[in-house]
Amino acid sequence: MGVLLNILMVPAILVGLFFNTMGVLGILRFPDFYTRLHADTKATTFGSVFTSLAVILWAFKAWLASGHDGQFVNLAVHAGFAVVVLAVTNATGAHALARSAYRSGLKPKQAVVDRMDGVGASAVAVPESPEALPAAAIREEAS
Amino acid sequence: MDVEEKTGKAFYMAAFATTWVFAFAVYLLLTAGSGAVLGLWAGGELKLGILIAFVVAAASSSIFGKEVSGRMLNPLRWLRMLGYVCGGFFMEMAKANWDVAQRVLTGRIRPGIVRVETGMRTDTGLVMLANSITLTPGTLTVEVDPVARELFVHMLQVPEGMEARTSIEARELFVGYDCPAAIRRMAE
Repeated sequence: MGVLLNILMVPAILVGLFFNTMGVLGILRFPDFYTRLHADTKATTFGSVFTSLAVILWAFKAWLASGHDGQFVNLAVHAGFAVVVLAVTNATGAHALARSAYRSGLKPKQAVVDRMDGVGASAVAVPESPEALPAAAIREEAS
Repeated sequence: MDVEEKTGKAFYMAAFATTWVFAFAVYLLLTAGSGAVLGLWAGGELKLGILIAFVVAAASSSIFGKEVSGRMLNPLRWLRMLGYVCGGFFMEMAKANWDVAQRVLTGRIRPGIVRVETGMRTDTGLVMLANSITLTPGTLTVEVDPVARELFVHMLQVPEGMEARTSIEARELFVGYDCPAAIRRMAE
């Protein structure tokens, strides 16, 4: 069993490292902010899923070897929890970064199409600053 | 958005109970393996967890409870969600990651922002779709229009011909698996 887990662990680490490396290379190679976001938020999430999977497999192996010691259950659950939190916060974080960048006036470079050009301010009506809104409207927006 | 009466004592109690259960569940998850109660938890951790869940519920039920609609409390929906994340969506993510890895190496990109009609009726569905799009490499939700239920999505590779169309269907952003349809089944 321990050998089988070792055999599964190595490809998980290698796949995780590969995608994380691609994320780093993407930051260096892509031309503008938006395209770099693609590389560093998404490729790293996917890579971290596999490195965490390796941690879970290792914890399972140690749990078996130690005669069912509870601390390894704890380790595996924490690693799994980290993946879930990472996936959710990476998606929302990437969206928040892209949204604030566009609102700050950063246009995508080399873009073949930009359907948000000009629409952003009017169709998705959000004022420049929170002070411009009455308090009730801010609560409405937040809810 | 559900326009229900979200005030009054009954709603407050329901929100408090929901938040308490969630806080306690997360505490149980994080302390699994600490002792021998049910093979996983230490008795002291359970007592402390119950207390902490009360503190968390008192502090955040007004925010957390408001966002939870009764529909999403059904455990069957959670199971389906797990199936979606581990099944079809994971395959979709793997394919897209491979595609982006190749584009990182070759540098062949054709970026742009497109307008996407979602067809989602609830906020939960819209959030899940926006997150699915963002987590899939190559597509990134830049802006959400909650009234028209449209998303503005930055694509790393805009397919030939798509740039001429005013808006596209959400399904066209995914390669094989129909993620928007799966989300509609789960959340709406």
